[in-house]
Amino acid sequence: MQATALDRPAVTDTLVAVRDLSVRFVSKEATVHAVNGVSFDLAAGEVLVILGESGSGKSVTLRALMRLLPPRKAVIEGAIRIAGHDVLALPPRALEDFRGGVASMIFQEPMTALDPVFTIGTQIAETIIRHEGTSRAEADRRALELLELVQIPSAKRRLGNYPHELSGGLRQRAMIAIALACRPRLLLADEPTTALDATVQIQILLLLRRLQRELGMGVILVTHDLGVAGEIADRVAVMYAGRFVESGMVEEVMKRPLHPYTQGLMGSTVHAGLRGVRLAAIPGAPPDLARLPPGCAFAPRCPHAEDACRAAVPAEKRPVPEHMARCIRIAA
Amino acid sequence: MATDTASADARDRGGPAQPLLIVRGLRRYFPLKGGLFGRAVGTVQAVDGIGFAVMKGETLGIVGESGCGKSTTARLLMRLMEPDAGEVIFDGEPVGPGGMSLREMRRQIQMVFQDSYASLNPRLPIEDTIAFAPTVHGVPKAKARARARELLAAVGLAPDQFARRYPHELSGGQRQRVNIARALALEPRVIVLDEPVSALDKSVEAQVLNLLVDLKREFGLTYVFISHDLNVVQFISDRVLVMYLGQVVEIGPVESIYGAPRHPYTRALLASRPSMDPARRMTEPPLTGDPPNPINPPSGCRFRTRCAWAEPVCAAVTPTLAANAAGETHLAACHMTVPGSGHSRAAACAA
Repeated sequence: MQATALDRPAVTDTLVAVRDLSVRFVSKEATVHAVNGVSFDLAAGEVLVILGESGSGKSVTLRALMRLLPPRKAVIEGAIRIAGHDVLALPPRALEDFRGGVASMIFQEPMTALDPVFTIGTQIAETIIRHEGTSRAEADRRALELLELVQIPSAKRRLGNYPHELSGGLRQRAMIAIALACRPRLLLADEPTTALDATVQIQILLLLRRLQRELGMGVILVTHDLGVAGEIADRVAVMYAGRFVESGMVEEVMKRPLHPYTQGLMGSTVHAGLRGVRLAAIPGAPPDLARLPPGCAFAPRCPHAEDACRAAVPAEKRPVPEHMARCIRIAA
Repeated sequence: MATDTASADARDRGGPAQPLLIVRGLRRYFPLKGGLFGRAVGTVQAVDGIGFAVMKGETLGIVGESGCGKSTTARLLMRLMEPDAGEVIFDGEPVGPGGMSLREMRRQIQMVFQDSYASLNPRLPIEDTIAFAPTVHGVPKAKARARARELLAAVGLAPDQFARRYPHELSGGQRQRVNIARALALEPRVIVLDEPVSALDKSVEAQVLNLLVDLKREFGLTYVFISHDLNVVQFISDRVLVMYLGQVVEIGPVESIYGAPRHPYTRALLASRPSMDPARRMTEPPLTGDPPNPINPPSGCRFRTRCAWAEPVCAAVTPTLAANAAGETHLAACHMTVPGSGHSRAAACAA
């Protein structure tokens, strides 16, 4: 099994359709424009990686898909359809069924996502009983199967462990097991490997890739790490100041980045062979989302910026089919 | 490390050949309290007898996973924590009673921490933070403040715009620049950088790394650079030290460590880096399992529980750092690299 990038499942039906999603956090002091018009589709069995730095809106986008944002503070607009559900219109009870049943989420820090006072086995079994109404014995049997599925060694013994008794890597595996307990069609992953050591990070990435294939799930994974995208993504979307500034197939985006921000991100990522070379750092810092500049949000840091960039948000351009970037310098 | 063999003249003061820092047998265990009456129920062997030298003007990178003791090493170097055993020799002079005072040592060695916010006083404008240590060390206030402004300019923060700001008014990258400026304020010779760019975004990380390279040249500094990020360490280091569970498993010139790693752990660590090329994805993880707990680590070679080539000798005998050939500066602590160690692959590897 080599060159796994190319044997993709045939794209069949659309699992996720997001249209013009925007999220604002409103408070007395300021309105933070976290997500500003994001649209994308995800096919069943496809892996989309959203790449971005802190404050780019990538985690907020993910949480909006699960409606995990605080309802009174976050104003969500646009349309989200996941597996036929109009997510923004789901009533509370249906939303509970949807979370875990249709779409599940895993987080960066499993210690805060898992309940410290229940064993791993109980937490998985409870999830199954809540969603599928099975007997306790059946749920326990499934819990054991799930721990084996995520390759936790001596799974039977681990069912009785509390989260604090597990190492970081095992905890992350346990969280994945809970997320998969009710066979969701969509898995959302928010920086799932960022807090892990290098040798454990690659294990978890390979596990996610294998599970995604075997279970045919759609996956949306959020990360700041280009290397993670390279290992797992079918498609990549690069986010900056709440917008997708570039998206396309992973090989295409990583080999031929179109947007100056993506190019800058590649240039400033330290990798082998750069010793003694001056890093092509992007000057400045990401914009304040409470005071976004008009036009292209990257213009203040862009080496190619001109007046037209600051006038209006650049439209999506597709010089190559399936490869989109928002930059006025691209001839469409 | 040729310096260890030449210990007869290791304490000579000065000269370009004198290592700026020599660390020998540094050890720190933490008792683990538990139970009803807080009895010691175990020991965390955070740093267990490590030794290395840092030459003048070089950057020594220290890599390892969480819990390997790299941050404890930094704190022991700075004496922010007392070592249980071991000595630190600064430019030929032992640090401690009878030698260099801690106060003097801390003028010479300064530190930059990962958390840029927690390491700045939130109630002081950054200019005052930078001028604070020199004032304590007897520099007149006005002079210290003028120097603080120079340093702000040196780290790329325009003094007129930034000098009176408070830490919360700065971005993470800017705060880390302030921390670097503060570390420079006493004109130290060594800066210990503990994960200085780990909390920063990639685009800002590159700016700070460039800055560190510039400052090193401008001020003739020596760095001890601690990071879990192998790519960053490769970029900035002249020599690299790899730690595993409180011990040094390999040390050597950066080209040699990255080009021809000898210890199986170093090899696995390097192989765990994502390839950045979607066409060449990894299919098998180089290592399984997590790093073991540093409480009661395995006997003999501590890596043997995750090593594909572990044999009985690895459990019985603790490997020591050794070179392949005399005079070589690339050392690894693995029985496979030592002929006659009793490991079945030893001869083949050492040939």
